[in-house]
Amino acid sequence: MGLISASRVKSPWILHYDCGGCNGCDIEILACLTPLYDIERFGMLNMGNPKHADVLLVTGPANYRNRRVLKNLYEQMPAPKLVIAIGTCACTGGVFHNCPNILGGIDKVIPVDVYIPGCAVRPEAIIDGVVLGLGKLAALGK
Amino acid sequence: MSVWTVLAPILALILGAPVGGLLKGIDRKISARMQGRVGPPILQPFYDFFKLWGKETIVANKAQLIFVWLYFLLVVAALVLLFMGQDLLMTLFVLGFGGVCLVAGAFSVRSPYSQFGGYRELLQILSYEPILLLTAVAIYLRIGTFQVSSILTSGQPLLPYLPLAFIAVLIALTIKMRKSPFDIAASEHAAHQELVRGVYTEYSGRYYALIEITYWYELVFVLAFVALFWAVPLWIGVLIALACYLLELFVDNISARLTWRWMLRISWIGGVVLVLVNMIPWAGGWW
Repeated sequence: MGLISASRVKSPWILHYDCGGCNGCDIEILACLTPLYDIERFGMLNMGNPKHADVLLVTGPANYRNRRVLKNLYEQMPAPKLVIAIGTCACTGGVFHNCPNILGGIDKVIPVDVYIPGCAVRPEAIIDGVVLGLGKLAALGK
Repeated sequence: MSVWTVLAPILALILGAPVGGLLKGIDRKISARMQGRVGPPILQPFYDFFKLWGKETIVANKAQLIFVWLYFLLVVAALVLLFMGQDLLMTLFVLGFGGVCLVAGAFSVRSPYSQFGGYRELLQILSYEPILLLTAVAIYLRIGTFQVSSILTSGQPLLPYLPLAFIAVLIALTIKMRKSPFDIAASEHAAHQELVRGVYTEYSGRYYALIEITYWYELVFVLAFVALFWAVPLWIGVLIALACYLLELFVDNISARLTWRWMLRISWIGGVVLVLVNMIPWAGGWW
């Protein structure tokens, strides 16, 4: 493993996008940043800028309005990148399944690397999922 | 003396980035501890740098690439000039030119976040540049030359004669380090995202890595500038610079952000006036 792919695992910068869920999962993502979980100890930073991000965390189901935004954010991220669907809604559409405006899970719009189900997802599960994805991120670069 | 005039700039060139990166890592660790967190490893800035270096290159336009390389090269040049003991005024203008290149790069893109970040960066330059330049003039009035090498051989530390200018430089240091009361242009704190990443928004991949490494060189430059206030013996100056660095981290963590108007008020009414008042006793036979 080279210097760059070793660094990649140690410095995953996060972009968080809410497709329109109930905000339950978003609050859990933000809880990861608090002193209790402190994901910055793994080098994770919530960047808020697709051009600097390595990992796209998406909550909520994809619908006809937000799919362009989601696709746009995904395309602005420089490779290698990782997409993590957080919560049941982002994985499959959840309680919004079969609603007329809903496409389903975000994998209908962009390729997803890790699915983290839960309603709402616990911060431990989010951290676990991101760490799971990091192995893939390291492999992507080479 | 003769050995150091050759060795010091080479050491600054080679060690500037590692030392600056370590300082940044210590910054993140100490800030995390102040907030009751564990914090990232000390080497985290280097991981970030190598990761960014290995990312896909996406560029908005070619002008931006020229400006980001100019920013990097000019800041490194300013650091080398300072360690060569060259003219302080020239050194500060080279550094200022580098800062303007960063803004020009941000302006060369159509993104509104980048544009607003650029405007704010210009206001930051407008705030700290007069303090740094007037401090160089105050040093001139005290020792009669702009040469950094003369400050090192003048035999007396500057701090007892220029205490007010020193306080003003601390204000400039906060702006230059992009620390909390005044980090309005670049949102150096990842949690401050009202302009996404401000002036940095449109730089990605290895060009953002270049900006990171330039920040490290800049950090070493401003701390070396602070150290000039106690240049004989130099180790006291280095200790003073490190103490100021810790003070900045403390200020960063206890203060909320101010608007650009407050930044201008504090740096001009506070900083510039402090330097001007400090000049009066040393401007004797000058007017």
